[in-house]
Formats: sequence, C-alpha cells, structure tokens
Amino acid sequence: MRLLIDFWEGIKIAFQALSANKMRSFLTTLGIVIGITTVIGIHSIIQGLNKSFYTSISALGSDTLYIGKFSWLSRTDWLEARNRKDITLEREGRAIKEYATLVKAVAPTVSAQRTVKYESEKLKNVQVTGTTEDYAVTSNVVPEYGRMLTKQDVDHRRNLCVIGWEVADKLFKNKNPLGRRILIGGYKFRVIGILEKRGSFLGHNLDTEVIIPIGLFQKLYGSRRWLTIEVKIADPALIEEAKDELTGILRRVRKVDPRKENDFAINQQDMIADLYKRLTTALYAVAFGVGSIALIVGGIGIMNIMLVSVTERTREIGIRKAIGARNRDILWQFLIEALAVSSLGGVIGIIVGFVLAKIVASATFLSATVSPISVIIGILFISLVGIFFGIFPAYKAAKLDPIHALRYE
Amino acid sequence: MLIELDDIVKIYQVGTEKVGALQGVSVKIVENEYLAIMGPSGSGKSTLMNILGCLDTPTSGKYRFDNDLVSEMNDDQLAEIRNREIGFVFQTFNLLPRATALHNVELPLIYNGTPASKRKKIAQQALEMVGLADRMHHKPNELSGGQRQRVAIARALVNKPKIILADEPTGNLDTRTGEEIMEIFEEIHEQGNTIILVTHEEYIAEHTNRIVRLRDGKIERDESV
Repeated sequence: MRLLIDFWEGIKIAFQALSANKMRSFLTTLGIVIGITTVIGIHSIIQGLNKSFYTSISALGSDTLYIGKFSWLSRTDWLEARNRKDITLEREGRAIKEYATLVKAVAPTVSAQRTVKYESEKLKNVQVTGTTEDYAVTSNVVPEYGRMLTKQDVDHRRNLCVIGWEVADKLFKNKNPLGRRILIGGYKFRVIGILEKRGSFLGHNLDTEVIIPIGLFQKLYGSRRWLTIEVKIADPALIEEAKDELTGILRRVRKVDPRKENDFAINQQDMIADLYKRLTTALYAVAFGVGSIALIVGGIGIMNIMLVSVTERTREIGIRKAIGARNRDILWQFLIEALAVSSLGGVIGIIVGFVLAKIVASATFLSATVSPISVIIGILFISLVGIFFGIFPAYKAAKLDPIHALRYE
Repeated sequence: MLIELDDIVKIYQVGTEKVGALQGVSVKIVENEYLAIMGPSGSGKSTLMNILGCLDTPTSGKYRFDNDLVSEMNDDQLAEIRNREIGFVFQTFNLLPRATALHNVELPLIYNGTPASKRKKIAQQALEMVGLADRMHHKPNELSGGQRQRVAIARALVNKPKIILADEPTGNLDTRTGEEIMEIFEEIHEQGNTIILVTHEEYIAEHTNRIVRLRDGKIERDESV
C-alpha cells in the first residue's frame, strides 16, 4: 500500500512550479528571509558574546570578591555612594588581612590610565595598577617571563613593574624587556616580569596592564584614589560565609551604625554574570519578537501565494486527479511546495544572518558564532511555518472536485 | 461483464432547483466493446461519462465495474480505479503545460508508485506506440494538436487500463487529424481494449460498433452498428 507519491517526485514538482514563477517565489520568501536573518543574526552575535564573556569572566575567578565603595549593579544613589568614606589601605586593607579567616589572599588595588614609554616607543591609556604581591593570587595573573612583585618590592616601594603581554609586544617589539627601564606617566620603572596573554574582557583589553607596588603608586599618582580590595576566598563553597565575615569586619572598622545599611559593596563575578544574563535575555526577547512577526508576515505571504497558485492550477489539479492522484497526493504536493518556499527563505536567511553577524563582528569587538543547534532550531521553525501556513491552501487543493477542476478555465 | 450500470440517477442541486441529469440509466458493457455515447447537449452524456469514469458518483443506482461496486466507493478508492482501470482522453487534451510529453505520460505511473527507473521505459514504449518516439522531450506547446492528442492517448494507455474513455477526442482537431486519431483508437480496439467514446458527431460514432443515444437523461436508443 503506497501512502504518498514519491517524496522526490513531490519535491521535483514543487521546484518546477517555483521556478515557473521565479520572481513571485523570491518575493514570497523575503518575509521568511527577514525573520530568520534577524533570529540567526542576533543569536549568533549573542553566542559569540557568550563565548568571549564566559571565557573572560572566568579570568575574574568565581571565588574572588571585590570590595569597594560602589556596587557593580546599583544604579541608585550614585551620589550617596560617592560621599561614602573611602576604602583605605591602612584601615580596611589591614583589618581584613588581620581578622578575616576564610580568605586565602587579600590585594588592595588602585588604578589609573597612564602613558608608557620606552625609548621612542609610546603606548597611551595603559592601565596602571598599584597593588601588592597577592594580586597574583586574587587576579590570577601569572608572569610568563621574569617574576611577579614580591612583598619586599611592595614594602620598599621599589621602582619595579610587571607589564602586560601587549605592552611588552608593542614597546619592545623583538627585544627582551626584562631589566629594561620604561617611563610610566613620566616616572622610571624597571621591568621585572611579563604577564601571559589574557585577551580582552567586554572590549577592555587585559593585556595592556602594568602592575607596580601600591605604595609607590599612591606616592607618585596620589593616594586619594578609589581603592578596591580584592579578596580570594579560601574555599569557594564558603563564599557566603566569607562575605558575612567580611561584612562584619568592614562594618566594625568603618563604624557603621547597626541600624544603617552597609556603606560599602562586596562585588563578585556572579553579579556581572547576572547583569549580562538579563541583558542578553532582553536581546533574545527582542530578536524573538521581531523574528516571529516577520515569520508570521512571511507565512501569511506564503499562504496568500499558495492560494493564488491553487486557483491558477485548478485545471492541473483536475488532470492529476483524473489520472489517479488521491486527495492526499495533492495535499502533499502543495504542502511540499509551501515547505519549499519557506525552506528556501530559511536557508537564505540563515546564510544572510550569519554573514551579517560576521560583518558586525568584524566591525566591532563582538564575535559571532553560529551553533549547529541554532541552525537546526531555525530549520525546524521554518518547517513549522511552512506547514502551518501551507496546510490550508493544500487542503483546499486536495478537496477540489475533479469534474469542476477539469472544466476550469 | 465489465461494466454494469443499473438504474443510475444523478441529481444536481442548482441553486434551489434540483436538476435530474440522469434519470434511470441502465447499460451493460462487455470487454472489448467499442461504443459511442451520443446525444445533444443537456442530454446527460457528460454526466454519464463522469460516472463511468469514476470522477463522480451517482445519486442512486448501482455501478459495477469488473464486479466491484463503484457506486459505494470513497474518494481514495475511486482515485485508484481511475488510475489503474480507466484511461481518459479529453477534447482539450488536458496535458500539463510545463511538463514534457514523456513526463505527461509518466504521470499515471507516478500515482501508482511505479519506481522511477521503470516509469521512463514504460512511458517511452507508450509514446512509441502512438508514433511520437521523436517528440518525447517536447512540451505540449511545441506539439501540434494531433500530436498532443496522441500524447494524451499514450498517457491513457500507459497503465494498461480496462477501458479507454474518450470525451470528444476529435473535437479540437481538423478532420484529417481527427481521422488519424480515430485510426489509433481502432488499433487500440483491435488489440483487445474496451473503448467508450462520447461524441455528438455521427461520422465519428460510425467508427464504433455500438451507439447509445441519450436524451433528457434517459437512454433513447441503444443499437449495434
């Protein structure tokens, strides 16, 4: 018992019918193309963003806390936060080091943008970070060549620096930077280490960093800068306990009234991840909305053209029925045709979407990846659109009375 | 008995009025008969042909085709009968305009699931039989009227049906070409096929062995020639 006419036969018939009306078929696919392009384009950009985001956020370390005056998330009361007491090395830095039991390393950091020079080479807007030897642990920075600052270097405020991979590359080209003197914001430093390549974080290049002793930083560039204390937790499982402990210590040394809220913030990677998730979810919602509307409009276009096609080919349907096509054969034929139009649009949409994403990626710091999953979902979606909007015209064709169809002029 | 029509009635609803296109037609047709159905327009001959061709079902009465009760069949079963047992030849040829002669002839084979490899061969043979071996890859608009009708006859024959049903097959052709087509029908008949011809031209009907004349939905005369 044969269920349907040959599948390939159906596809052949469909493509013959489509190529007979090339312009019409092309215009009909446009709605689908736009819908799929939007979805695939935004999806692949988000995918690319995710990839670079999660690799770079993992550089922050999920077990590192960042104590500062500002919360990374709070948008409220910026003015209030600005007027808070400064976080200082002497008070908070020392207190945490002394009393916190659940931490592995504590590194106060201050930073500024400075120009770095070596002989005639110049690099602007380099992030200069003043910190201690513990920064290596809290920020996961490892010198690839040379060494990190030591406690003695920091305590004695020695004019030494560890430079980022790109700083070394741009200033020294092929020369070995170790032991050479460079100017950071006009002051002389000797290079003792070069960090391994770290890439960029949300468009911020992590390889253009220079690390110097914190005491020297404050002496040279001023001490009234916002200090962030980086704290590495001893056991990631106890992160909440560690936060409680730190909150207690900080409230005590900052003499916060028990009835008042914290006047400092303990930030962590999760907060950025949460914020990021919220942003991308919103983006997805927009893409999905625009894409769905375009797909529905495209689907209605397909339905419209299929209805026209059924009317135009009434006689053909009559002939096919007279020589033995069953209702389901006709249904199948027109359904395949609708599917062919929508898939054609879908394939074009996937290609255009991907190319657009690549163009966006090359023009900005974003990267784009197309996951096979998104392509499969896209194709599934297109098929659904094709079936959903194709079934009614196909059903109409299948139900035609062969006698009337044969006489149709 | 190949075909047995027993008191066939067909009533159409036209607006609020009921029109009796056939009002009790009984005909028996045996194998290898060559018969013409004649009658003025409105006599019900088209309706009778549609019912004989399983394109339509009677309002009442029994239609047996090769001992199967066609009048009780559903759409799918009717389609199957049309595909396997009946070959249609129409006045306006009714070929698919975008398909080649060969593909047109292949169509009935597609709908009974003949594999593609066999299809082509069978269709080619059918076209050779009607003398169109050299026109296989032409589209209908590249063929003359007579050639088109021959493609249609090849299509009707391709599934080796029990009857050929021809509705005014020479109506759109000049006399000479019409005669050529009638010669083909004669050949087919000599090979043992059953042919039912619907026509209003006496000289065409004269080719057959039996003429059934209809008037006002009833058989007026049924005579052997």
